[in-house]
Amino acid sequence: MSFTTAGYQLAPVLPELVLAIGAMALLMLGAYRGQGTTSAVTSLATVLLIAVGVLEYMLPSGKQVTFGGSFIVDDFARFMKILALVGSAVTLILSAEFLADASRRIFEYAILVLLSTLGMMVLISAGDLISLYLGLELMSLALYVVAASNRDNAKSTEAGLKYFVLGALSSGMLLYGASLVYGFTGTVSFTGIAAAATISNTGLVFGLVFLLAGLCFKVSAVPFHMWTPDVYEGAPTPVTAFFASAPKVAALAVFTRVTLTAFPGIVSQWQQILVFVAIASMALGSFAAIGQSNIKRLMAYSSIGHMGFALVGLASGTVEGAQGVLMYIVIYVAMTLGSFSIILAMKRNGQAVEQISDFAGLSRTNPLLAFMFAMLLFSLAGVPPLAGFFAKWYVFVAAIKANLFTLAVIGVLTSVVGAYYYLAIVKTMYFDEPAGQVDPVRVEVKTVLAVAGLFNILFAVFAGPVVSVASAAAKSLF
Amino acid sequence: MILPALFFYLFAGICVASAVMVIVSRNPVHSVLYLILAFVNASGLFVLMGAEFLAMILIVVYVGAVAVLFLFVIMMLDVDFIELREGFIQYLPVGVVIGGIFLFELLLTVAAWVINPNVGKTITAPIPANVSNTEALGLVLYTKYVHYFQLSGMVLLVAMIGAIVLTLRHKASVKRQDINVQNARTPEMAMAMRKVAPGQGLSDADAAEWVK
Repeated sequence: MSFTTAGYQLAPVLPELVLAIGAMALLMLGAYRGQGTTSAVTSLATVLLIAVGVLEYMLPSGKQVTFGGSFIVDDFARFMKILALVGSAVTLILSAEFLADASRRIFEYAILVLLSTLGMMVLISAGDLISLYLGLELMSLALYVVAASNRDNAKSTEAGLKYFVLGALSSGMLLYGASLVYGFTGTVSFTGIAAAATISNTGLVFGLVFLLAGLCFKVSAVPFHMWTPDVYEGAPTPVTAFFASAPKVAALAVFTRVTLTAFPGIVSQWQQILVFVAIASMALGSFAAIGQSNIKRLMAYSSIGHMGFALVGLASGTVEGAQGVLMYIVIYVAMTLGSFSIILAMKRNGQAVEQISDFAGLSRTNPLLAFMFAMLLFSLAGVPPLAGFFAKWYVFVAAIKANLFTLAVIGVLTSVVGAYYYLAIVKTMYFDEPAGQVDPVRVEVKTVLAVAGLFNILFAVFAGPVVSVASAAAKSLF
Repeated sequence: MILPALFFYLFAGICVASAVMVIVSRNPVHSVLYLILAFVNASGLFVLMGAEFLAMILIVVYVGAVAVLFLFVIMMLDVDFIELREGFIQYLPVGVVIGGIFLFELLLTVAAWVINPNVGKTITAPIPANVSNTEALGLVLYTKYVHYFQLSGMVLLVAMIGAIVLTLRHKASVKRQDINVQNARTPEMAMAMRKVAPGQGLSDADAAEWVK
């Protein structure tokens, strides 16, 4: 296949083109046939996401660059894009029940998820600051709207508004940083910046700090995490599952690409920023979650902590570190989607229950659900031989190899603190008096839970292929 | 050489004067009209500099869309501008002092500001000599920067969908015009012949059918 536009190869962007055109076609279908097509549009959107994932997988391996260097497809981009597509597709599957309600039958939900995923793919492949910004805005703008998609609910509206205002602020910081970096290097392309940024200069570091601040906001790392608990709690649960999975993948991917390919000359400058951000995120994620009574808020703090752990890998600035980030994000997505499918499954008399006390005695009312959740929580806490342990193992080993001993020790200590609140939920489920029967679980939620749960429990068995793919992807960045 | 200078002072003078009028005029609608005048004169300045594309875009975007939107907001929202202006004289001295400090700082900065003479050489897409700048922009916008252009389009599409999702409500109580139903109306559906006995009028049942 060799089709071009304005002299640029289009083959590397084929998955994005299919996604964009597919999203617009579905938009037309929904706009002309009305809200009755919501379930059809959602199913077709899921199929589209999976098809785009297959297309992405079938792209020839090796690095391809198009649009004058602003779009890069390498093993790293493919890995992250497929992961983001899986996250989005699973979210759409989990959203079926939310969209089935007559008052929330909005077909645009699936379209917005598709367009947000398109933004993530552009973001992951970004080769310069302009496509980074455009991808980031495309992703976030759709996220702001889906956060408020349950618009008759005050909390959902509040979540959308808060996310929008703080997101706009972070975009401003990112743009300011980008303009400073452009001003001090004279180019927007990552390779050009890498060539120019060999010696640290105050103006450039200033720009780098603002750039990283904007990215930290998107991965919800401390000190730019304030929006996370409120948005996670207020947004509808399937939307929260979406926020916690696919956008994190894309944001972490661009974080990795910017630091490792645009600023490899001044590693020591961004390393200290990342060390601070990682320590602060891990500490806040562990300590602030202890007092939470709402499971969605708890998951918000948990995701802040996990992003801290993932950044530990990045802070080492080595191939092992990048591989650790990739392993961490794969396992994190699996754990998060599994946990959120359990939160979605928790319903009493048709009402969703979100308090941790509602999980009391789940082991007696629904033993299988309780077992799966316990396994996922052990995994989130990092107990061997579950997947979460391996995730932490890879990032800490990378940190130790890069002589970041303090960071690794603090990381292990905070993960012990974090284990407390995960295990407290297990205790509530297994040793407290039952809080009543839970409703039968919907089949799609069950399926997602089974796949994510088995991935977590049996990760040690098939870790080999995942590790080799992640290792190849990490090498493609250097 | 004298004519461009003359036009420059004309446009610049009107621009500054109308900007002052935006602030001091009592009627907010007059303020917006002065704002439009300021925009038009600013675009005249752009034309003098040879940036005709910017001039036209300023008129289309700011005058055509933004200023008209302002006008709508001012006319439709019941904002008490007299109340907003209260204390204007009272705060004037403080405002003048702060404004003066800013002006002084600006002069300090700008006076020592020399634009690097090499800056023109670093431009990645210089304007070709033999085309107008609108044409030059068009030449790269849809070719060299097609990726950015299409992506911006997608961002705007999301903004449009988002605005519709969050604000459009289909109210059941609102009566809507349905042209198909109107065209399908026949005389039989709209009219009924009744024989009315003198002094009795229509029965309630008949009346009810009428209303329907």
